Amino acid sequence: MESINFDLNSTPLREINQYLHGAPETLKGKSVTIANPNGAHNIAVGLKADLEVTIQGHAGYYAAGMNQLAKVSIEGSAGTGVAENMMSGMVHVKGFASNAAGATAQGGLLVIDGDAGLRCGISLKGADIVIGGSVGSFSAFMAQAGNLVILGDAGEALGDSLYEARIFVRGKVHSLGADCEEKPMQEADRKILVDLLEKSGHADISPDSFKLFGSARTLYNFHVDNAGAY
Amino acid sequence: MCGIVGLLVKNPAMRAHLGELMMPMLIGMTERGPDSAGMAVFTPPVAESARKYNLYSPEMAAQWPRLADELAMSLGGKPELHVKGNHAIIVSSLPPADIKAWLKTRYPNVHLLSVGRAIDVYKDTGLPADVAARYDFSQFQGTHLVGHTRMATESAVTPAHAHPFTAGEDWCLVHNGSLSNACSIRRKLEREGIVFETDNDTEAACRFLEWRMREGDDLRTALQKGFDELDGFYTLLMGTKDQLALIRDPFACKPAVVAEHDDYVAIASEFRSLAHLPDIKNAKVFEPSPKEMYVWKV
Repeated sequence: MESINFDLNSTPLREINQYLHGAPETLKGKSVTIANPNGAHNIAVGLKADLEVTIQGHAGYYAAGMNQLAKVSIEGSAGTGVAENMMSGMVHVKGFASNAAGATAQGGLLVIDGDAGLRCGISLKGADIVIGGSVGSFSAFMAQAGNLVILGDAGEALGDSLYEARIFVRGKVHSLGADCEEKPMQEADRKILVDLLEKSGHADISPDSFKLFGSARTLYNFHVDNAGAY
Repeated sequence: MCGIVGLLVKNPAMRAHLGELMMPMLIGMTERGPDSAGMAVFTPPVAESARKYNLYSPEMAAQWPRLADELAMSLGGKPELHVKGNHAIIVSSLPPADIKAWLKTRYPNVHLLSVGRAIDVYKDTGLPADVAARYDFSQFQGTHLVGHTRMATESAVTPAHAHPFTAGEDWCLVHNGSLSNACSIRRKLEREGIVFETDNDTEAACRFLEWRMREGDDLRTALQKGFDELDGFYTLLMGTKDQLALIRDPFACKPAVVAEHDDYVAIASEFRSLAHLPDIKNAKVFEPSPKEMYVWKV
């Protein structure tokens, strides 16, 4: 596999991102490393090619945002909005992720080995997110589709105003948001969980140690009893 | 948007290089706060009877010695004077109330930035790099410092509105965010006889916490009352003569990253301000949780 190495100490970020935005057929199969990210914002955003990118340290805001097809690995922590609005591909954060990780992501897989901050998977639209640690408050707020797998604990108001996303939690849930409730785990749900644990390097963890949460669907339609709440 | 930075060195050999270590931290926060910058640096304390008075005035640049002489003539004693352009430090053992009253009457346009045995405060408008060069930030020596880069959202861009804010003695606070109940806190404190110098929301938080500690609360109790009282978005970084303290609002609306190393504790709004610290690879880097108190001692 052809490997290209960039160093953010000597090459401006815009130049690196422009290289990564080259013709997808030429970039396909390539492996790119980016040294000394030092918390810079917008590293490897908007990729559209099936290549591998390794960010060798801590990334700033919006790393790998809007990703399609690419596999982006961050060998440190990620700032706000990592993999936001991802369409496909995979983003792997080996440290912790700040707020709004995977926000509005429509496809692909986001794996965070450490903790994720608040509002993880907010307005999730179909992607899968696996968090090795715990997530902060208001995670999966208004999540519409996709799966959030939390190996640790969840903060306050988990899954508030949830639509059809699934939330699997192995640890404690501090509190559930409006219209989010525990659901019996069906065979189909279990299969999804087992598959995601395998893909994210957690095949050793039993799916039986998780609880499933989903939407109670009481907020889907207007109900006169709720009129006072609007 | 604003940027905050804080650095406390645990390794005594690093105290002589405090400013040098901090410089990349402040410059890293330029995009978050390009309109003003400020820094509070805590040095080993002066004699128990003495106080350092940090003064600012753009009109006084060449006249600080005259002010010091007049002070000596009016109140006696022989104050020590250190001048850096618009900024001067006077060290005196006279009663603080006398000096403050004298300054207010005789030099009403001179802004008293800080009072204390350990704290020095520098703040001004302009790009962080320019402000730092103006007052030789890179030469700072001491145990810890608290800095800020400002992008004003709720009050004017003037040196007085820049952070850090101070109140009482050896106490300062910087803020990233905005408070929605600053006016009601201010009215409450004014009923207690507390005087405000600006219309800035951060000043309300600074004076509220200092008031609580003056009323007998320890730092943690005061911060707990801060959580109860302050409404809005905030990451607050505070300095006392021997401590740094950090809190974030319950929604963690404003960022903060901490690096704990055997030699130092560094705090910044974003990792890019921590990236250039020595041996950062071996520091424990984490995001402080919302509504938690973090306090580090020198």
